[in-house]
Amino acid sequence: MARVVMVTGVARELAGRVLRQLAQDPEITRVIGVDLLPPTGPIGRAEFIRADIRSPLVARMLDQAEVDTVVHMGVIATSRDAGGRVVQKDINVLGTMQLLASCQRASSVRRLVVKSTAGVYGSSPRDPAVFTEEMSAKVVPRSGFARDSMEVEGYVRGLSRRRPDISVTTLRMANVIGPSIRTVLTDYFALPVLPVPFGYDGRLQFLHEDDAVHSMVRAVRTDLDGAVNVAGDGVVATSQAVAMARRPCLPVIRSASGLTRWSMRQLGLAALPADHLDFLAYGRVVDTTRMRHELGFEPAYSSLRAFRSFLQAGRDGDRHAGDSPYRVEGAP
Amino acid sequence: MTQVPQPDHGDLERIVMTVVRALRGAGAAAGLSGPELDNAVARSLAFLRRRVTGDFEVDAYGFDEDFTQSLVFPLLRVLYRHWFRVEVRGIENLPRAGAALVVANHSGTIALDSLMTQVAIHDEHPDHRHLRMLGADLVFATPVVGLLARKTGSTLAATTDAERLLTSGELVGVWPEGFKGVGKGFKDRYRLQRFGRGGFVAAALRTQAPIVPCSIVGAEETYPMLGNASAVARVLGLPYFPITPTFPWLGPLGAIPLPSKWYIEFGTPIPTDDHPPAAADDPAVVFELTDHVRERIQHTLYELLRNRGSVFL
Repeated sequence: MARVVMVTGVARELAGRVLRQLAQDPEITRVIGVDLLPPTGPIGRAEFIRADIRSPLVARMLDQAEVDTVVHMGVIATSRDAGGRVVQKDINVLGTMQLLASCQRASSVRRLVVKSTAGVYGSSPRDPAVFTEEMSAKVVPRSGFARDSMEVEGYVRGLSRRRPDISVTTLRMANVIGPSIRTVLTDYFALPVLPVPFGYDGRLQFLHEDDAVHSMVRAVRTDLDGAVNVAGDGVVATSQAVAMARRPCLPVIRSASGLTRWSMRQLGLAALPADHLDFLAYGRVVDTTRMRHELGFEPAYSSLRAFRSFLQAGRDGDRHAGDSPYRVEGAP
Repeated sequence: MTQVPQPDHGDLERIVMTVVRALRGAGAAAGLSGPELDNAVARSLAFLRRRVTGDFEVDAYGFDEDFTQSLVFPLLRVLYRHWFRVEVRGIENLPRAGAALVVANHSGTIALDSLMTQVAIHDEHPDHRHLRMLGADLVFATPVVGLLARKTGSTLAATTDAERLLTSGELVGVWPEGFKGVGKGFKDRYRLQRFGRGGFVAAALRTQAPIVPCSIVGAEETYPMLGNASAVARVLGLPYFPITPTFPWLGPLGAIPLPSKWYIEFGTPIPTDDHPPAAADDPAVVFELTDHVRERIQHTLYELLRNRGSVFL
């Protein structure tokens, strides 16, 4: 039973909301949020501690507060948010290594919940139609957020072996989307013209931002060990998503993906990750039986409704202006 | 408010009228007239509207029923009814509901036989069931072809997908000869090639789904393959490059299949529930069952060939 919970990465949207929800749980004695910057919204009775998880001071914090549950949401999906790819990798991989090393040394830690991504399964034409948790990628992701998440999952498995008394849940989330969150996909759908891979139509699965938050909170309350896929029901085809977005599309030959991304950068439009066109071409569907039966979580939004909520918010003008997506990326 | 540029109504109206005129022209050319033509045009317009607004559904495998029913089947039916005049027997051997694995012989240089079987089952089965076909990796890695394959209900010929489909009670079709079947020379016509490693039988055993043997006659004569330009095939990354009486000499005209008359016969189902599901891991059981299925298909092929009069009539 969670008594003292620590959440990493709380400066960002989803982690901030998880922190807020955990703070509302009367059975949890103490809720601590950790990041380099404070969370943007209210956090109720939760405490915020400014700390860098790449520093070994985290171990001391775990011991002092007698943290028994660590919720790791500090893996950053977009290099833009991190300040460039090099920094992103640093925070994601080295930050996680340091955090897990601290957890290993802290005898009070009993539970670890990690936010990972369904991107670890990759996207290729040889993929099984639906991925279950035991399967691994046919074409291993080579770079970016998915690659970092794969490494994170590897280190987490290492921790499991060295501290078998810690129960670890890894949530592999489908692409999170919704009215407020800003991701590579939402930037993509904001482009004036959408480059789509010619001759391919991927199957896309989405997870509404509210469901992403609720699934993390649910995981904290259970004792599940292992990986769990989390996604909304149903599938949206790339052509369907482009049609619903009511944007003109530009078919691009897959082998010209590098050229497309270079042009996007030169034109000052949002840079797309290397595997983006592959993802749109093949998509990726994950099986959510374990999510329902073992985690006991039912998403409120299907993939289609989640995507619609994002489009609707854009049309109603409810999305934050934030930074303009039409800005050249930092380091590649 | 987000500004989405809207075409003014005059433009939109002009575009729609042009499309309607084109559809009417196409319908009239296909021999439709009067209320039939009007219905066809209305249905086509509705289909286009659904495409443009994203108002359709795709399942986890990519199967798009609207696309298949509204666009693909009508086109395939022209071949099915008028070119190949397919005669279907034994449709009652397919279950009304629930899983079954249809195993058929493969021939004809391109996989027209699988498309015709799909139309045959949909049109002749009393419940208009959709056949979910298992295709080779190469299909799904190819642009356009892979897209169409998924949209019409096909998926990878891999154990995971096959078992998943059978467990959900789908009708699954597999052509185990694969490229060896489609790419065999004319002199080997109707002689079944090796049936792979028996993965499909293992999937049926594990899910306890009955196996329905299917024999297809007529596909061999669509593109009689007289030779194989293997050097060209290697360069293009294809499993074979067919040389037929019409291709590649007549260029794109060579792509028109010869109008042979087709017969598709479904045999008595072979049950798999007399073995426990664990028998799927027993090679002896798998090989025996694979041979049995192969024999049944070959036997029915010879019967059909014996009773067939002319190839084209």
